[in-house]
Amino acid sequence: MRGQPIDQFATTLPPDKRASVYQSTKATHEKRTKLLFDQFADPNRLRELAGEIKQHALENLDTYLPQVEARLRANGAQVHWASTAEAACEAVLKIMQARGASRMVKAKTMVSEEIELAHFLERHGIEALETDLGEFIVQIDHDHPSHIVRPIIHKNRREIATSFEREGLGAYNDDPATITRRARQYLRHKYLAADVGLTGANFVSAESGRLVVVTNEGNSRFCLAATKCHIALIGIEKIVPRDRDLAILLNLLARSGTAQELTVYTEFITGPKAAAQPDGPEEMHVIFVDNGRTEVLAGDCREILRCIRCGACLNVCPVYRQVSGHAYRSVYPGPVGAVLSPLLLGEKFPQKADLPKASSLCGACNEVCPVNIPIPDLLLRLRHRAKEEHVPSPGSPPMGAWALLASQPAAWRAALAGGKLLNYVPTKLIPVPALQAWAATRSLPEWRGGEFRKWMKQRRTKGRRD
Amino acid sequence: MLNTERTPITGKRIQLMATCLCDAFYDDVAAATVQVLEHLGVEVVFPEAQTCCGQPAFNGGDWAASRKVVRHTVQTFAGNDPVVVPSGSCAAMLFHGAPLEFEKEPDLPQVEALGRRAWELADFIVHGLGVTNWPGRFDATIAFHRACHTRGTKSSEAALTLLKSIAGVRVAEFGEPEQCCGFGGTFSVTFPNISSAMGTLKLEHVRAIQPDVLVSPDMSCMMHIAGLAAREGKPIKTMHVAQVLRDAIGEGTKGRKD
Repeated sequence: MRGQPIDQFATTLPPDKRASVYQSTKATHEKRTKLLFDQFADPNRLRELAGEIKQHALENLDTYLPQVEARLRANGAQVHWASTAEAACEAVLKIMQARGASRMVKAKTMVSEEIELAHFLERHGIEALETDLGEFIVQIDHDHPSHIVRPIIHKNRREIATSFEREGLGAYNDDPATITRRARQYLRHKYLAADVGLTGANFVSAESGRLVVVTNEGNSRFCLAATKCHIALIGIEKIVPRDRDLAILLNLLARSGTAQELTVYTEFITGPKAAAQPDGPEEMHVIFVDNGRTEVLAGDCREILRCIRCGACLNVCPVYRQVSGHAYRSVYPGPVGAVLSPLLLGEKFPQKADLPKASSLCGACNEVCPVNIPIPDLLLRLRHRAKEEHVPSPGSPPMGAWALLASQPAAWRAALAGGKLLNYVPTKLIPVPALQAWAATRSLPEWRGGEFRKWMKQRRTKGRRD
Repeated sequence: MLNTERTPITGKRIQLMATCLCDAFYDDVAAATVQVLEHLGVEVVFPEAQTCCGQPAFNGGDWAASRKVVRHTVQTFAGNDPVVVPSGSCAAMLFHGAPLEFEKEPDLPQVEALGRRAWELADFIVHGLGVTNWPGRFDATIAFHRACHTRGTKSSEAALTLLKSIAGVRVAEFGEPEQCCGFGGTFSVTFPNISSAMGTLKLEHVRAIQPDVLVSPDMSCMMHIAGLAAREGKPIKTMHVAQVLRDAIGEGTKGRKD
């Protein structure tokens, strides 16, 4: 029987990978929860407030985007607008070519993954080197990230040591400190030789034009310190109205994502280097990327654009814990990805219409989301959209006949009585796919259809309480 | 809409939505619900035409099919009395799910009106009637599975308040209580591998504390967890909150506890 792709994927994931994804997401989730509830009287109120701030920004992007552009220009940056992935890649290429640049060092940015920038630049003879350790390992392995914050959650140190040996970074050694030291040594030279540093931004303040970039490795800082040109690639949903909004968002981001009070590095970038500064980029470009976001904003799932990419919903999600990130076939996995990835496809939505189904709708994602995105509601809306667009859904029980039954009381009562057959006929002999799928691992309780109604009637006739 | 905007309780009469699961499998849970409510002096009306809350099709994305069932439910539960449901999931369908799928429909107001009258059983007892102490005795170590659809509502907290107030009850904590049991309605049959793996994990956590009984405000979770355990050949005892309350006061049939 053909099943749902993500459910099929679950059966192919090696048990040790599942175990390590489970252990590490569980540990982060538990630390996150403890930290938030130990330190704040009402973290849920904070999540709501942060959600309101982001929602306000999204609903007023027509005001804030021109405002941020003006501020950035006043700060000395050049601003570009890219409506598609291709346009964003071209914009980066043009800047590189204008400078005669062929080497780029990249800090971690999800939007660059989304537009597949590194591959695009490679095709044009430009080296675009990932400097975040996890992303670096993904790059040398020609792999894909499997978590928003921890791209190599699916790899163990033995695999990494093997990759390093293969890449000529030293004889096999799986000691994490050694691995890190070797990567650092390799990357230091690359920073110094690079022409352009590329970062994303976690937030951009419309009030000041400040970009905020958070990392734990300091690699974004190296990217900027060593190069003469800074390109920031930013999704249009990263705007926040005021600098003071960052207080609540930064407090929630680090705690939600990595269970830290604050990430090791939080950079505020206001423009290219000032005359008084000895180092830093002389030229700064900000590329705002749409790539389907405006369409998402116009639809009924726009709350998903509040997402600040912390990964807390992945960590708590019981489905993500079973399948890891690659199951989602997308840059954005987990609950947020199950909403965002199909939406960003626009007309090609059906290609990933199965993602929103891979959820028991348990609501844990909504409960941990630092910007309080009602993810289960959005998953439901997308399931509805898939139905409206007649996207086939393997294994989903048909609901038409059920609805007919459940809106005609006499037929319903007859079905309740008829269901007693289940108690006598072996399940194996009943050719109902849903029943077979259930019975493969679970037994059915005794069918007692209509018994309560009888009991209730007798009780009323007797007119007494027994 | 959440269940925060509710019509205040004035009278002592309710309409019971037994749920399709109790209608088909768990008659004793529905009976216990009646007995518990009557013990509190509440008159229970059971509208015979009731079927299902409409959730299976809603979750499956077939909102046209679901709305058909919800419209039938709105008609069946006409009136102003509170509608009490021994399931956090069906209650949430009434006050949250149904309004979502009706947001562009002309009869949204009627659907919302039903939502404002909808109460999960423990929530109704504690927050509707103001009862926080339960009499009688029930000697057992209980593992309480909170059921995901009670997130964001006060149902689980209410059920725990009642359970902990019963003489003889000890509620024992198990690992990762916030995690779903893997049922998820049609999810359990469209994603059988993931669903079963989630259920097995839940079962391991529950078994680790060796409770006398696993209790939940939702029989759907119990059906899943108990179904897995039974198939393994190592059945566990499960009960609905209503059955514990009823057995504590020694009302009626201490019959099946599945």
